[in-house]
Amino acid sequence: MSQEILDKVNAQVSAKFPGAVLSAELLYNFPVFTVDHNDAHEIVSFLKNDPELNFHFLTDLTGMQTADEKHLGVIYHLHNLPKNMRVRVKTFFSMDKPEIPTVTDLWPGANWMERETFDFYGVKFKGHPNLKRILNVDEMDIFPLRKEYPLEDQTRDDKSDKMFGR
Amino acid sequence: MSKKENTTPSTPPSDTMEKEYTTLNLGPTHPATHGIFQNVLTMDGEIIHNAVPTLGYIHRAFEKLAERRPYAQITPITDRLNYCSSPINNMGWHMTVEKLIKAEVPKRAEYHRVIIMELSRIADHIICNTIIGQDTGATTGFLYLFQWREHIYDIFESICGARLTTNICRIGGFDKEWSQKTWDMINNFVRDFPKGLEEFNGLLERNRIFMDRTINCGPISAEMALEYSFTGPNLRAAGVDYDVRVATPYSSYEDFEFQIPVGTQGDTYDRFTVRQEEMRQSLHIIRQAIKNMPSGKMHADIPDFFLPPKDQVYNNMEALIYHFKIVMGETDIPAGEIYHCVEGGNGELGFYLISDGGRTPFRLHFRRPCFIYYQAYPEMIKGAMLSDAIITMSSMNVIAGELDA
Repeated sequence: MSQEILDKVNAQVSAKFPGAVLSAELLYNFPVFTVDHNDAHEIVSFLKNDPELNFHFLTDLTGMQTADEKHLGVIYHLHNLPKNMRVRVKTFFSMDKPEIPTVTDLWPGANWMERETFDFYGVKFKGHPNLKRILNVDEMDIFPLRKEYPLEDQTRDDKSDKMFGR
Repeated sequence: MSKKENTTPSTPPSDTMEKEYTTLNLGPTHPATHGIFQNVLTMDGEIIHNAVPTLGYIHRAFEKLAERRPYAQITPITDRLNYCSSPINNMGWHMTVEKLIKAEVPKRAEYHRVIIMELSRIADHIICNTIIGQDTGATTGFLYLFQWREHIYDIFESICGARLTTNICRIGGFDKEWSQKTWDMINNFVRDFPKGLEEFNGLLERNRIFMDRTINCGPISAEMALEYSFTGPNLRAAGVDYDVRVATPYSSYEDFEFQIPVGTQGDTYDRFTVRQEEMRQSLHIIRQAIKNMPSGKMHADIPDFFLPPKDQVYNNMEALIYHFKIVMGETDIPAGEIYHCVEGGNGELGFYLISDGGRTPFRLHFRRPCFIYYQAYPEMIKGAMLSDAIITMSSMNVIAGELDA
């Protein structure tokens, strides 16, 4: 089932947007697509509006930072409720220019999810109606979920993690 | 019966008078909001013209905290998301990790989990529904039904020692068999609760005052609910029969027979009745689980993640090593990427986990249903009266802990 969804979506998206799908794989039985960030909005829009694919439900939108700390990513979880198919669409872009078009034009419910992603990762969603911090204080000048901001105060020496992992 | 009057005020001619709106702060700490929510309302008399929610008052940086904690230590964080049904959050997290390490949990443990999850769903819905009653001025139902939530918490206490923030169960299954006392309490609850529930139902469901107060209050259409990514009872009240327990069954839910109640209007009354029926269905599921309880072990066979029994730890070298490795978070976790969702008290609770093989998650994101559907709140109360806004909020079951993570 998951393999079929993967192949079908991959064939349709690749035909419509040649070269935009950077990878299509099955991770823990879940179809995952990594797409070029320039085409991300069009691809998500296509997945939503195509009558056959019909991924009309935005389950989740969140951000992440890659391990090399040079790229940020945005992850969409889409769901087709009638056929019960899910896909995950990931897109990565450089931290020097963390910009991506908003999907609030497709789903009004993406509003706060994008604000949260902006709040924690500093991803600028172009065209978002009200892009400001949502959970943290407005005066905050960092993006706290980025890996460059460690959780513990680095000047403390009573909490050494030398022995056990990071 | 006279027809309800149209409550929209007539606008004065623009050249005679300047129209003025009043700004009203509802919250952050208002007794009727049941949690720390602020809404800056723009009022036109008693009609709400606009609302701007402010959130983040109890933000506790769970996603950042989770990036420094070994997997077992993340369970207490999940307790504090939707603290009205913590066990569902705990189990959801355990199942996510089990999926990542590909553990096979025995049916017996899964059936036990189902009992716990359905009990906490009942507890969650009791809070929501009684508070709708409370906010419409019917305190009696609140006081009558709340003692049953107390009994559920007694059951949790006898299983794990905690009542509200339970940290119940473990990665892999349960640490021990439940005691006879626990089973007695569960059986008593299943036997006696329907009486209490129907008593409460009789107070409100066909009550003229309650119906006048809640029907057509804070409605949302199915289309809008889907656009706003609603899930759970709020989406079902709007008429969409989406339930994670049926769509992607987890923890053996495919073995049980139950119905998904749906509403038609998506208003406060529908949300109330959907939750009432869900409590009955939950009881039905618990009865089936007790009746068809399989025999077998209570936990998966995963010595790398499941703490060995204490007498083994004290007397056996190997068990001691495993105990030490698990407690210090030194067991190898496969690298991988998982999305796992469960039907929480108020919607699809999702865990998006990226593991790079380290002792802590590389990234953990909670899909918190409250956070996502609460953004439709201004849309739902525009043009309504202030008192309608209060019961719309309580019927949406917005939990501050889940909202702010």
